[in-house]
Amino acid sequence: MDEILEMLMKDARLTAEEIAKMTGQDAAAVRKKIKQYEKSGVIVQYKTVINQDMAHDNGSFVRALIEVSINPQRDVGFDNVAERIYSFAEVSSCYLVSGTYDLLVVVEGENLQTVSNFIASKLSPLANVRSTTTHFLLKKYKEDGFVLKKGKPQKRLNISY
Amino acid sequence: MGGNMDDKTVIHSRISKTVERLAPSGIRAFFDLVLNMKDVISLGVGEPDFVTPWLIREKAISSLEEGFTSYTSNKGMIELRRDIDRFLSERYGLRYDPENEILLTVGVSEGVDLAVRAILNPGEKVLVPEPAYVSYGPVVELAGGKPVYLKTDLTSGFKITPQLIEEACAREGAVKAMVINYPANPTGTSYSRRELSAMAAVIKKHDLIVISDEVYDELTYDFDHTPFASLPGMRDRVVYLNGFSKAYAMTGFRLGWASGPADVVAAMTKIHQYTMLCVSITAQMAAREALRHGRKSMLEMKREYNRRRRFIVDALNKIGLNCHMPQGAFYVFPSIAKTGQSSLDFAQGLLKKKKVALVPGTAFGPSCNGFVRISYASSYENLKEAVARIDAYLKEL
Repeated sequence: MDEILEMLMKDARLTAEEIAKMTGQDAAAVRKKIKQYEKSGVIVQYKTVINQDMAHDNGSFVRALIEVSINPQRDVGFDNVAERIYSFAEVSSCYLVSGTYDLLVVVEGENLQTVSNFIASKLSPLANVRSTTTHFLLKKYKEDGFVLKKGKPQKRLNISY
Repeated sequence: MGGNMDDKTVIHSRISKTVERLAPSGIRAFFDLVLNMKDVISLGVGEPDFVTPWLIREKAISSLEEGFTSYTSNKGMIELRRDIDRFLSERYGLRYDPENEILLTVGVSEGVDLAVRAILNPGEKVLVPEPAYVSYGPVVELAGGKPVYLKTDLTSGFKITPQLIEEACAREGAVKAMVINYPANPTGTSYSRRELSAMAAVIKKHDLIVISDEVYDELTYDFDHTPFASLPGMRDRVVYLNGFSKAYAMTGFRLGWASGPADVVAAMTKIHQYTMLCVSITAQMAAREALRHGRKSMLEMKREYNRRRRFIVDALNKIGLNCHMPQGAFYVFPSIAKTGQSSLDFAQGLLKKKKVALVPGTAFGPSCNGFVRISYASSYENLKEAVARIDAYLKEL
C-alpha cells in the first residue's frame, strides 16, 4: 500500500504538507495523489474512531451480528440480495463470507427492540433470505486495529543512556 | 545513620584510583535534574518509545509459565546462537559458528566491556570516536588501557575518516584496537560500504582489532547497512556487537551478542562466565521470538522513525538550528553554536524555561560543546510541540 494511505489510515488529520515532509516527497505531488485517491474511491471517507459505548451516555446503543443464509440468484449470485440488505440505514456493515452462511450483516440500533424489529420485519421476510441467526454484541474490545479500552498511559521512565 | 569518625578516614581511600578518576556519565548528571520536573517533553531518552511488540512479550510470559527459569550455558542457549547465525547469514552473508564464535551478552554494553578486557594489556591504546556513546572511553580505562579520541565534526558529518585513523596511529605509535559505532549514538552518522572499505585498508595496515558496535544496524534509512566484519579480510579482526534493544524495542530485556573469531570469543566467554555467568533465560526466549517472527513489527517501527527523522531535521533547520541529516539510529545532533551558549547552559535554560529535555553535546565528549542530542524516538505530537517550544526559547534569547 502507498505510504500516504498507511499514514492517513492512522491519522486522517495529517495534512499533505506534513505527509510530504515525513515521506521525503514534494507537497504538491502528495496533494495531487490524495485528490486522485479521493476521486477513484480508494479513499472513501475521513472519519473519527469513536468508542460508541462511551459516547452514548445513556447506554442506549446495541449492535447485532447477523448470519444470513440466502438463495443465490441466477446471473447475479448474492449481489442483488446483498444490496437490498445493505441499503438499509440500520445496516452498518455487510460482508459476503465463506462457510455455513452467506452474509454477515452488522445492524445497529437504539435498543434490543428496534434491532429485533428490524430483523423480524425487514430482513427475514426479504425474498431469497432463507434464515437468519442473530448474535447481540455484548462488549467490544478492539475494532479496526484500535483497542477501545482507554489504557493507563505507559509510564516511560526518564532514563537515558 | 551508622558510622563514626574512625570509619570516615577509611572511606576516603577505599575507592580504587581508577574508578575515582572516572567522570560520571554526563547524561545521568543532566537527567537527575529532569527526573524531578513535571510536564517535561523529554527528547533525551535513548530508547524506542514503543513497547516491545506483543508477540515477543507474550513469548516471554509463556516461557515463564512453562517453567523456563534456569541458567543457560555461559554462551547462551545454543538454539538462539543458531538463530543469530542464520539471521546474520541471511541478512548480511556473514557466518559465525554458533558453537564457538557467538556469545550472548547483557546488552551491547557488556559486549564492549568484554571485548576490551579480552584484548587489552595494561597501557595499550584504543582509538575511540568523539562524539561517541558514553561508555567506550571509561571501559577502556577500567581495563587499564588508554583511550585515544578521534575527534570528528559537523563539516564531515561526524565521520571517522581513514586519514583520522592514520594521523592517530602516527602520533600515538602502537595502537591495539579501534571502537567504531554506526549508525552512531549520538549523531546518527553511518557509513557506506565504500567509506568502510577505505577505513578497512588503514586498519589492516596498522594491524588494529575493530570493536564494532552495530546495535542500530536495522535503523539505517538511506542505504543498506554493511557490517564491518563482512568487508574483505576483516572478519578475523572484528568483534561484531549487536543486540535486540533498539530494533525490537527490548531495552529492558538487556540482551545483546558478540560474534567474532573463536579465540577472542573464547577469551570474552572466560570473563563472562566468571562475572555474569549467563544472560537471563527469559530475555533469550523473547529474543528467539524476535528473530523468528518480529521482523514485521520491527520494520513498522523503523518506518515510523524514518518519518520522524525527516520531520525533525526539516523542522530544526527551519527554526535556525543547523542540523545534518543522519543516516540512522534515532538521534539528531544539531548545532546550537549560533546562540553563543554552551551546550549545558542551552540545555538547562531550555529545560527550565520551556520544559524540553535534551542532552548537552558535552556528555559525548569535550569537543562537542555547541551541540545537543535530540532523540526522535518520541510521538509526532511531542516532536511538534517540542520544536515549537525550542523555537520560542531561541526567540527569547
